[in-house]
Amino acid sequence: MDFLRPTTWDEALAAKADRPDAVPIQGGTDVMVEINMDVRRPAGLLDLGRVAELREWAMVDGMCRVGAAVPYATVIEELGGPLPGLAQAARTVGSPQIRNRGSVGGNLGAASPAGDSHPPLLAADAVVEVASRERGVRMVPATEFYLGVKRNALEPDELIRAVHVRPATGPQYFSKVGTRNAMVIAVCSFAIALHPDRRRVGTGIGSAAPTPRRALEAEELLAEELDWTSPLDPALVRRFGELCAAAAAPIDDVRGTAAYRVHAVGVMARRTLTWAWNDHLGRRAA
Amino acid sequence: MRVTFTVNGREESADHVWEGESLLYVLRERMGLPGSKNACEQGECGSCTVYLDGVPVCSCLVAAGQAEGRQVRTIEGLADGDRLDPVQEAFAECGAVQCGFCTPGLVVQAHDLIERVGRPSDAEIREALAGNLCRCTGYEKIIEAVRLAASRKAATP
Repeated sequence: MDFLRPTTWDEALAAKADRPDAVPIQGGTDVMVEINMDVRRPAGLLDLGRVAELREWAMVDGMCRVGAAVPYATVIEELGGPLPGLAQAARTVGSPQIRNRGSVGGNLGAASPAGDSHPPLLAADAVVEVASRERGVRMVPATEFYLGVKRNALEPDELIRAVHVRPATGPQYFSKVGTRNAMVIAVCSFAIALHPDRRRVGTGIGSAAPTPRRALEAEELLAEELDWTSPLDPALVRRFGELCAAAAAPIDDVRGTAAYRVHAVGVMARRTLTWAWNDHLGRRAA
Repeated sequence: MRVTFTVNGREESADHVWEGESLLYVLRERMGLPGSKNACEQGECGSCTVYLDGVPVCSCLVAAGQAEGRQVRTIEGLADGDRLDPVQEAFAECGAVQCGFCTPGLVVQAHDLIERVGRPSDAEIREALAGNLCRCTGYEKIIEAVRLAASRKAATP
């Protein structure tokens, strides 16, 4: 096994171009588990820990650009304002030790359908910035990034550089089902983001399909029927929950059954919409 | 490969380190520092918690090469010579130790909490220690020990 140690982004891209078989490692919270458990023996490790820019975030052209290696701890401490959904999801990741190392970029690289970052990224229309030495930067919407169980849209010579998310213009919530309040891989999860400026509601479903996904029909329903100045119509909330549940395509596994996940997605959809709507009306009244 | 980093204030090197090896393995098996415990090897139990550049991490999830040139502080580096750190003292006094396997990780994690927060609430203690599993104590005495250590540290100017 080779251990590659780029210190700049250009060096990292060159290393990945020359050695597409090298697995990028940042926090190690996924990659090292696979190596320790002997389920993966990559030909090389590409340590991104020395590429300092990856740990930075900034506002760029009105978007919040979060470096791929910004740890969850930083997302929680510094990004709760512009990215409340992502920050809520980050609070539910693993343990403090894991949140000190794990990052949104790592979540995207691993592309597990259960990754906690994915639903809020989908709900907020995030765009993933990937790059290669040969072809430069490619901006991939989150909706097009997840291709299958642990498969993403990265080409073998590409690396994830950052994720771009529009700062919240309305309330956002993340909900996750698990057996305790820490160290839990989601049984299933759900994120919602109200975009009052566009009269749209974004959704993200986690761990209830081969990939994280949006509930598009449910979003369309709200786009057509929501009255943004009134209390929620209970029939509309019910219909929204049903359409979100219908958008899930889960399996039975050790963490839960498909039937339970479908049910829980519907419940989380109704609850998070209600929480977000209460905040929305509260803000209007204030 | 050769890996060199500062551990508990002293620069140490290890040779013939396999590239997929964890920081935990290097500490325990190559540098004679077995205080950090090896249990789950997947970040679930917290027994291997060490400071890496001042931040508590599961050393089983850090590739050894990632520690090159960095500062590592292990459970062995908390005491000042024969004088235990207040967190270590409190764990012993409160009976927060039974089999002892989880203790080094819990002590490092609690040490960080008190450094950052000073006088943590019970909720903050529970959240901070959520990634450290203990199968003996039921956690009550551990939480008591953290409270005691925090109050003693707060009382020391």
